[in-house]
Amino acid sequence: MRANAQASYAAAFAPPLLDPDGDVPAVVTGPNGKSAMKRYNVYRNNVTVSLIEALAAIYPAVQRLTGPDFFRAMARFHIRETPPTSPLLFDYGRDFPGFIARYEHAQALPWLADVARIERAWLDAYHAADAAPLAAIEFAAIAPDRLASLVLTVHPATRVVRSSFAAVTIFAANRTGESADHIDASTPQDALITRPELDVVVRQLPPGGAVFVTCLMSGCMLAEAAAAALEDSRDFELATNIAGLIEAGAFTSLRPGDQKK
Amino acid sequence: MSAKTAISSLVLAGAVSTALATLAMAGPLTKAEADAAIAAKKEKCFGVALKGQNDCAAGPGTTCQGTSTVDFQGNAWKFVQGGTCANIELPGGKHGSLKPV
Repeated sequence: MRANAQASYAAAFAPPLLDPDGDVPAVVTGPNGKSAMKRYNVYRNNVTVSLIEALAAIYPAVQRLTGPDFFRAMARFHIRETPPTSPLLFDYGRDFPGFIARYEHAQALPWLADVARIERAWLDAYHAADAAPLAAIEFAAIAPDRLASLVLTVHPATRVVRSSFAAVTIFAANRTGESADHIDASTPQDALITRPELDVVVRQLPPGGAVFVTCLMSGCMLAEAAAAALEDSRDFELATNIAGLIEAGAFTSLRPGDQKK
Repeated sequence: MSAKTAISSLVLAGAVSTALATLAMAGPLTKAEADAAIAAKKEKCFGVALKGQNDCAAGPGTTCQGTSTVDFQGNAWKFVQGGTCANIELPGGKHGSLKPV
């Protein structure tokens, strides 16, 4: 009974928290039955501010790019539209990049949503399960005639973010404390995010690399992934990409695809 | 798999051995030489854009969130250009800029 009473109190207390024009819930009263607007507004403020702070902690480069005033206003709109559904704050804000992409006041910065996607992928990689990356020697042990059907197991932290803009350069310039030099935003860039050990590493993928990695992540055989990458870009270099993936720790193990697990 | 660009076993084997040779380069050297080789190699293939330091920016919940900050409401506040987006250029000489909220 006590748990039920608490649940119904919370159900009455919570909904107006993110609605600045809403009435104070009837269950909240001051001394002698007076209105408790000011007291309730303390909760309103804390909920909104803590969610804005959560978004600022997940998306520091976006905040740096827009400046804190613009960021906080944009974040507030998003919070009102998409309140958290889980108490795990590190998981909040997954829809923020999509919101930025359609936020009317950010339309002059078309690359901003992609920078946010890289930041989200960064945090997901940070919180992903630990796993030992694939060692180069495991590749060396595969007979040449079995290489084509090779299937790789993706590392839990590995993410790919593709952008029509120079999102990787913009991200990198704004995640460090250094002042950003002039950046030409028009070069398309793809990001590979990995965490082979403790540190999250963001790399820029070479031409065709994003298609190659994405295909391998979805379970393509090595020859399929290489063919798909070559169709995506004539400049795709297979050896460079294989070396890069091993070095980045993007995968954990491999097996010939024609063998059953 | 596309019939247009089938990759032969020979090409694959060549690429893998080249890749392994590239990676093995850093093996037998001294630490400093290995680091230099790795740095050069990263530059060559998968350039590292940013290596994160995990003692910061680990996301919300890792620090006490600012509950004492006042969230200024209202539609009347004026936008102040505070960000770094003005350094970023798009074709046609259009610099990134933000519209007032």
